[in-house]
Amino acid sequence: MSQDFRLDNVGMVNREKKISFKFNGKKYFGFEGDTIASALIANGVHLVGRSFKYHRPRGFFGVGVDEPYAILQLDRNNERDPNIRATEQEIFEGLEVKSVNCWPSVNFDIGAINNFLKMFFPAGFYYKTFMWPPSFWYKIYEPFIRMAAGFGEASIKHDKERYEHKYEYCDLLITGSGPSGLASAYAAAKNGARVILAEDKPRFGGSLLTSDVNIGNQTGVEWTEKIIAELKSMPNVTVKNRSQVFGYYDHNMLVMSERISDHLPKTQKYLPKQRLWYIRANEVLISSGSIERPLVFGNNDTPGVMLSSAAKEYMKVYGVLVGKKPLIFTNNDSGYETAIEFKKNGVNPIILDTRSNPSSDIITEAKNLNIEIRFSYVVVAAKGYKKVKSADIAKISDDKKELFNIENIECDCICVSGFWTPSIHLASQSGNKSKFNEKIDAFVPDKSKQKENTIGSANGIFTLEETIKDAFDKGFDVSNKITEKNNKVSVPTVVEKKSTDHDKFWCVPLPKGKSYKRFLDFQNDVAVSDIELALREGFRSIEHVKRYTTLGMATDQGKTSNLNGLQLVSDIENKVVPQVGHTTFRPPYTPVSIGAIVGREVGKHSKPTRKSPMHSWHEKNNAVFVDAGVWLRPRYYKQGNEGLFEASKREAKNVRQNVGVCDVTTLGKIDVKGPDAAEFLNRVYTNAWLKLPVGKARYGVMLREDGIVMDDGTTTRISENHYHMTTTTAQAANVLSHLEYYLQLVWPELNVNVVSTTEQWAGAAIAGPNSRKLLMKLFPNLDVSNEGLPFMGYKEADLFGVPAKIYRISFSGELAYEINVESDNGYFMWEKIMEVGKEFQIQPYGTEALSTLRIEMGHVAGSELDGRTIPYDASLEGLVSKKKDFIGKRSLNRSAFTSTDREKLVGVVPIDKTTSIPEGSYIVKDPKAKLPNPKLGHVSASCWSVEYDNPFSLAIIKDGKNMIGQKLFAMSPLKNKTIPVEIVSSHYVDPEGKRVRS
Amino acid sequence: MLYINCPHCGLRSQNEFAYGGDATVKRPELNKEISDQEWDNFVYLRKSPRGKHLELWHHISGCRQWIKVERDTSTHEIFKTYKANEAIE
Repeated sequence: MSQDFRLDNVGMVNREKKISFKFNGKKYFGFEGDTIASALIANGVHLVGRSFKYHRPRGFFGVGVDEPYAILQLDRNNERDPNIRATEQEIFEGLEVKSVNCWPSVNFDIGAINNFLKMFFPAGFYYKTFMWPPSFWYKIYEPFIRMAAGFGEASIKHDKERYEHKYEYCDLLITGSGPSGLASAYAAAKNGARVILAEDKPRFGGSLLTSDVNIGNQTGVEWTEKIIAELKSMPNVTVKNRSQVFGYYDHNMLVMSERISDHLPKTQKYLPKQRLWYIRANEVLISSGSIERPLVFGNNDTPGVMLSSAAKEYMKVYGVLVGKKPLIFTNNDSGYETAIEFKKNGVNPIILDTRSNPSSDIITEAKNLNIEIRFSYVVVAAKGYKKVKSADIAKISDDKKELFNIENIECDCICVSGFWTPSIHLASQSGNKSKFNEKIDAFVPDKSKQKENTIGSANGIFTLEETIKDAFDKGFDVSNKITEKNNKVSVPTVVEKKSTDHDKFWCVPLPKGKSYKRFLDFQNDVAVSDIELALREGFRSIEHVKRYTTLGMATDQGKTSNLNGLQLVSDIENKVVPQVGHTTFRPPYTPVSIGAIVGREVGKHSKPTRKSPMHSWHEKNNAVFVDAGVWLRPRYYKQGNEGLFEASKREAKNVRQNVGVCDVTTLGKIDVKGPDAAEFLNRVYTNAWLKLPVGKARYGVMLREDGIVMDDGTTTRISENHYHMTTTTAQAANVLSHLEYYLQLVWPELNVNVVSTTEQWAGAAIAGPNSRKLLMKLFPNLDVSNEGLPFMGYKEADLFGVPAKIYRISFSGELAYEINVESDNGYFMWEKIMEVGKEFQIQPYGTEALSTLRIEMGHVAGSELDGRTIPYDASLEGLVSKKKDFIGKRSLNRSAFTSTDREKLVGVVPIDKTTSIPEGSYIVKDPKAKLPNPKLGHVSASCWSVEYDNPFSLAIIKDGKNMIGQKLFAMSPLKNKTIPVEIVSSHYVDPEGKRVRS
Repeated sequence: MLYINCPHCGLRSQNEFAYGGDATVKRPELNKEISDQEWDNFVYLRKSPRGKHLELWHHISGCRQWIKVERDTSTHEIFKTYKANEAIE
């Protein structure tokens, strides 16, 4: 057993359960309940990392989320987790962690040479050092900076862990289970409120775990256990540990990350790694406590220098000594509590108190325990490189400017206490402007902007008695606003030691002739000299000083450094801290893993997947699918060794020669019903709708108010007051919202209802010269002749016992019909079509063949109606009524829209009849013209014409109508191609439209 | 995330809604002769006030009703919500 720094019979870790783990490849032992930090300290390990800039040795500074030093990388299930705080991560059997920001090892780190080159790394060095010559930037400076930056390496592999999201509502959310959190939760819960109590650490109790107090005749720990047990037993209370509320957003929406299995050896099958809670709280009580402030002196970043509260917690919670020869350096009474705890465990500390002659209960107690105390004493500098070996200490003058009697004393750790900083981050995020409290030299929340209150030490209340009383009151008050139950519980009596005022002194002056680095920001290596330099260089605003020096910009967000930085700026500027102000606190309070933010919305779960009722048939028949919005559509049906090109050519050719069938379920379908439906459509579409007879379909184009084409499709009059509208797959949702907008807000007098029926109908488009023959067999009792069911006709019929709707409409330009049946019958319909169609050489065709067919015909689709085109551009001007008004009509009069040389739809054929033109190519007159080459337009869609067996494209080009016959060039700089082309009509196949009417 | 009181459904989170812009814009009547300026103002010109703003929201993942929301654009405070055809106070 090599845990030399482990105390016997002290602490809360489970001594029954020994756990082994690896740090930098070496095996260590700890106990269940240890963090990596406490277990390593128990083993006497204090060197865990290297600092960001100078690569100075780094140890442990704190004991929780404020930790600026001990950032490690965790390897787990072959995954890497960077940015793990050793003070937060609990150990489990088989855990492997390693140091970051050092090479080749934490003990021998080449980068430490930066420490000797520190004159080259002043504040803002990256604005100064890497400037010249400019050509060095890409090849030398940037790679160098990238190599040096960051803590650890994120895995580039897919994260196999599961993360979940949860939405929760409550009357009262309490963030932190210290004395104020517990008291207010208890008071509110007893008053009937639905309460969520969130604790970031594994153990509840906050400062009660380590302070020597008495509440209602119980120790702090006992009282915590009692309250937590009672809260857990109440149905209206949710108590969560390992859960950090990290963000406070609008309308009392708070986000919390719960670490569910981060502390467990391996992922349980049904247990997520983390869960992100979105909590909408009626009221919030912020009880996030306070963080001890460091004192600033020479080499105060040496491993072994740490917060005195951390040293105490390592002893009381983990049973671990951070050192055996401790030096306590304090400007307030908190340091004494740590000293007393050392003494109780048989270790003799020395207290250096910056105050000259303070007196309080706790100082008296320390004196009675014969602890050596030196008043008006400071640490000048820590000595030792990888661990504190001794300290230069000195007596300080009353004005705190002169140092006397500098001497060196031996010590193995320096526990510092510079008083306490309330954690106002959440309150500040909620919009609460903070105010400066002179008495505690720190900011506290001011007036609430949202429904929040801050309680306990987060609000600058540092005595337990006041905290408990205030928290009981607030818990009752805010809950009673909601429950009105008036059930008030009595406040327990509190016994605590009274403390006296702290000393405002926090930064030890440099002794003459010494230039020790005195650090403010321990993670980003920002020293006192850096702030001084920034101010000398003219930076004044604290926001600028922060960005120039990077003070408080590390992953710990300056939890320990912010106030000292502000203090320094105000000292130099001869201002007071409130004049300087503080930088903005932004979420997240602590780092949150990207996995937790994304939750389950990864891979194919990143969006919903919609499948048609015929999907399984397509799968069985070798369909290769393509994403069409959220739909999966067959792109082509693979036969043998075919690729996309061969298969789509075969399918399209078969439509032109025989008959094909395409799944068109994904088209948007909207039922438009009501006595004013015709009038409504007449206003929505550009063409006339009032005279469409029942049983007929019509193609329509709708515009936005700005005159741009929004969508197109056919709408069929099913009965007098019932229309069946179709939209493109992509625009279905937008068109519905558009229609609802006009019906609900603009023309509420119209008696019309719209509802989406996309999912109610399965659709199959049957296209090709054989389609009528196929239809005759599918509907033997129906007259499907050209007279009985003409182009744009509509019929209802029976398909082998299933009710079906037949629309004679065509996207392919061939004789075509669209059959719709109720979704549940879609598969049946499809199989019947394939079965009956066999004798007519039917083949299914996918979206690629569909595109080919429509491009050849010059039918426009999404690539032409791209949100930039008006009807004229897409050659749809024939559908624009001159007589009636409609949505967007007035915009078509705008001068740019009436200009004669507008871009217009044309066809494009390569002169060599073999080279395909990449979509997106520019059409230009002269391929050798000086750049930027004046562009006539662009190629919107390309295909291989199956009719003429050569490439064919659609393009939208300037003055298109008059360009037909011209020889131009299609240029694709992206594909490095220049193709001579001829401009032709966009109606490449069957320009008279005979086939659809045949 | 805003908490919007849909007058049809009650309090719902913002992610059920789609934003619809300024609710005070009135579409010119059909077939009415208006100047280019008037039409451009309707199509393009929007105020972007700091403070109270009456705006449209579409309860797209709920009742699919367009509603009017009086919101402070700087604090996000929502004062009142109205049905599409309700008179504004």
